[in-house]
Amino acid sequence: MKEYKTITRIAGPLLFVEKTDAVGYGDIVSIALESGETKTGQVLDTSDDLVVVQVFEGTSGIGRGAKVRFLGETLKLGVSEEMLGRVFNGAGKPIDGKAPIIPEKKADIIGAAINPFSRASPHDFIQTGVSTIDATNTLVRGQKLPIFSGSGLPHNEIALQIARQAKVLGEGEQFVVVFAAMGITNEEAQYFIQDFQKTGALSRAIVFLNLADDPAVERLVTPRMALTAAEYIAFEKGYHVLVILTDMTNYCESLREIGAAREEVPGRRGYPGYMYTDLAQIYERAGVIKGKKGSITQIPILTMVGDDITHPIPDLTGYITEGQIVLSRELHRKGIYPPVDVLPSLSRLMNLGIGPKRTRDDHKAVSDQLYAGYAEGRDLRGLVAIVGEEALSARDKRLLKFAEAFEKRFVTQKRDEDRAILDTLGLGWNLFSPIPPEELTRLSPDLKKKYYQPSS
Amino acid sequence: MAEKAEKTKQSTVAAKAGESTSQKTMSSQAQGILYRVAGPVVVARNMPAKMYDVVRVGNERLMGEVIQIVGDKVVIQVYEDTSGLKPGEPVFNTGKPLSVELGPGLLTSIYDGIQRPLPVLQKEQGDYIFRGLDAPGLDPKKKWEFKVTAKKGGKVEGGDVLGEVEETPGIIHRIMVPPGTSGKIAELKSGKYTVDEVIGTLDDGTELKLKQIWPVRKARPVLKKLNPTIPLITGQRIFDSLFPVAKGGVAAIPGPFGAGKTVTQQTLAKWCDADIIVYVGCGERGNEMTEVLTEFPELTDPKSGKPLMNRTILIANTSNMPVAAREASVYTGVTLAEYYRDMGYSVAMMADSTSRWAEAMREISSRLEEMPGEEGYPAYLATRLAQFYERAGRVQPLSGEKEGSVTIIGAVSPPGGDFSEPVTQNTLRVTKTFWALDAKLAQRRHFPSINWLTSYSLYLDTLEPWYAEHVNKDYRGLVNEFMSLLQEEEKLLQIVQLVGSDALPEKEQLTLEVSRLIREFFLQQSAFHEVDTYCELQKTRRIMKTILMYRDLGQDALGKGMRIQKILEVKAKNEIVNSKFEKNYDALLDAVEKNLQQEFAALG
Repeated sequence: MKEYKTITRIAGPLLFVEKTDAVGYGDIVSIALESGETKTGQVLDTSDDLVVVQVFEGTSGIGRGAKVRFLGETLKLGVSEEMLGRVFNGAGKPIDGKAPIIPEKKADIIGAAINPFSRASPHDFIQTGVSTIDATNTLVRGQKLPIFSGSGLPHNEIALQIARQAKVLGEGEQFVVVFAAMGITNEEAQYFIQDFQKTGALSRAIVFLNLADDPAVERLVTPRMALTAAEYIAFEKGYHVLVILTDMTNYCESLREIGAAREEVPGRRGYPGYMYTDLAQIYERAGVIKGKKGSITQIPILTMVGDDITHPIPDLTGYITEGQIVLSRELHRKGIYPPVDVLPSLSRLMNLGIGPKRTRDDHKAVSDQLYAGYAEGRDLRGLVAIVGEEALSARDKRLLKFAEAFEKRFVTQKRDEDRAILDTLGLGWNLFSPIPPEELTRLSPDLKKKYYQPSS
Repeated sequence: MAEKAEKTKQSTVAAKAGESTSQKTMSSQAQGILYRVAGPVVVARNMPAKMYDVVRVGNERLMGEVIQIVGDKVVIQVYEDTSGLKPGEPVFNTGKPLSVELGPGLLTSIYDGIQRPLPVLQKEQGDYIFRGLDAPGLDPKKKWEFKVTAKKGGKVEGGDVLGEVEETPGIIHRIMVPPGTSGKIAELKSGKYTVDEVIGTLDDGTELKLKQIWPVRKARPVLKKLNPTIPLITGQRIFDSLFPVAKGGVAAIPGPFGAGKTVTQQTLAKWCDADIIVYVGCGERGNEMTEVLTEFPELTDPKSGKPLMNRTILIANTSNMPVAAREASVYTGVTLAEYYRDMGYSVAMMADSTSRWAEAMREISSRLEEMPGEEGYPAYLATRLAQFYERAGRVQPLSGEKEGSVTIIGAVSPPGGDFSEPVTQNTLRVTKTFWALDAKLAQRRHFPSINWLTSYSLYLDTLEPWYAEHVNKDYRGLVNEFMSLLQEEEKLLQIVQLVGSDALPEKEQLTLEVSRLIREFFLQQSAFHEVDTYCELQKTRRIMKTILMYRDLGQDALGKGMRIQKILEVKAKNEIVNSKFEKNYDALLDAVEKNLQQEFAALG
């Protein structure tokens, strides 16, 4: 294999190499530094005159004397069932001090698109034990449901709680968790790993860590590594996999960094114009395939910059994922855990997973009524600030109380509280009790007869 | 005839380009050398090329399209993943624009954005779509029963019907002479043929087949565009009365995520009175596309009782499939729609969502390092949108026989639900019907969640004569009354928020009650109730009439000094709602009207 010493320019994470033989787009590059160290990179742009290489570990220490070798293959991950219980760095190398993985196969990390005709419609209800998700924003197996959070909000705790508690009713089997960290702090990463160890979940987990001080460019491959492992475990080994990706905001920042280093024409807020497609290639690697036992469910976490949901990252994500769980700073300040704001939250696949045969006949109606009551109650708070509570009608006062109770009793739960769906629905009916039945317009007379009990 | 000849001449160039060779067949062509690869956009050198030629890139023959020519360099967008491509690999120019195969077998098909049948891809490659695979759009092995209708020795021109094939039960596929071809029929025989077999010849030796090829970016020629004067009847009260779309018209449905775009599109696909449906899922979510792919084949056509798929073509290009194919998918869809239009059918094309299509344009434009326009979209966004929507229309096809139409219903997904963004704004400039979905209405469970204040239709005037002739002369008048009542309600509600409804004059209180009836008894319609899901025009009119009768009787009574409270307590008006769920609505509303009169008479 030829070695080149023709680096002409080094800028940010990029190397520019000249006078090479034909080099394939996306090929892996090995860079031998003068110090004897080797780094890995990938070809971003190739032409007769110039090859642009992005270096995963960063370009520090690379000089024009470094030797570059093109390995002639695209980035692959050796996958195996042995990966369960192991911890890898963001580039897929084991960092837990145990023996290297003996791969059963090498898989290209740029996953191919699932043929829409091969997909099966996702409809298995996942009980997460979190009321605001189970009752009003139901997660189903094969869905991608992101958590839109803000810096300082407890999204990690929620993700962990979901990972611990998630199960499909009637099946004993737990999810295998594939966890990909992108640019999070060492402390956060430790928090996850310790929790996995404490609960014994680590033996059924595959962890990829790219921490805040790891090279930013490596972040671009971390989620793809994780999803490649997930696809193998799910569709070839038949496990149900829950993939947690945190934090997608850091991923997008890296994407922007590379774009800027390549002097591309920037799109909205400086993010590259292809960010939608790039994110789609990550998020769309969730689903269920006809005739295959396993599945991939995704919970990407992203922190909204300045809590702005119209920022390009949450905006583009929302158009690819099947809904979103939105966390609220206001609820968090009130001391409510989990601070899920149900109003802007949504699960697009909810109706596929609920109902008489899957959860219970009243699920949809209870969810609608909770939404309607809470929305109106919250609106009234604004009015109270102006005219005072005394000026409200009896009905409005009831709604105001309902909104309060909804936050305190329904939304709020303990970090280790695993609420069964039937308990969650029961709690909903409990909240309806103080309200006269004729004001509960979303609930049909039949359902009210079956479940409604007025409070004495 | 002079007009026809001219049109035919214009179209000759395009037709010749696509003649009898598919973009998918490889033959020896001009060859270039790959010079640069950077993502889905690649550059080749030393290759004669024209804009939008389809090329085959690299040793794997990946499909691509020429999108820019600079000196001796040709910029190509590739429809497949380009990893591993190297400079120096060969590039073949087919010399032909991106084209689709048109012929029997299109209906019931499920395609990707460049007309590759997804079930065939699955069979050949498994559950994932890998690159470098060719699959013809039409099944080359299937034999079709062809019946000649044209006379041997007769003179034919482009668009003339040669014969018929029953494509799916009840749907006749008319086999036409490709545009740009003409001559005397020397030979034409009924029988069983595949799409590639010769069914006859013209006197100049031109072979005739069941299949023809057409470049997707070029509109198929027509004899004449007609005014859209016939409504597309949807069976949905709010569309058929307040905001109708004409056959051959264009409608836009913008809405934030979660407002019910997909449900609305699907209800329309199910109930509208178009003969053929083309549904394009452009950049959609995989799991949602699966819902469409699994649900559509199970739906039955309420009119014929046969599977809805018999008259449907689905095109699915999910968000993670190659971006260039997403860009092409809407053109593929509209070309198939035009082809059925030329047979004399009315076709409805649903595009979900055009925002994803615009986003694909933006992405490719930024790869080309073009100067961006508003919000990073290319400056030609408005032109492209307008060109696409302009392919809708009610037309007299080249044959001059049965008229056909293409109606385009495009969903728009504005970021953050903000209607002022470029895609929505540029769409509004060219579409004449605007159905604004409202997330608030959806949350209040008012379905269909179309906002009646921000939506509009500019077809009301052109369609008026049709409604007068086929429904009743008073139809437009009733619609106008409803519109002004709803406008009035909006104004009054603002006052009510400040002072409460009791403070309003009695006449206005009546207006509020009447508009409540309009909203709840008329605008709301259940897609899940077997009767209410489809409302015929006569029924729509009858409900409008009965609601207005209550208003008129109420106003009379107020004039005679009756108290408003009494008028609001009239019981018969509440029975109007039952007519929604009643097949025999006439008898029911007769009774309601009689009761109304009696109750008002009893009041005083």
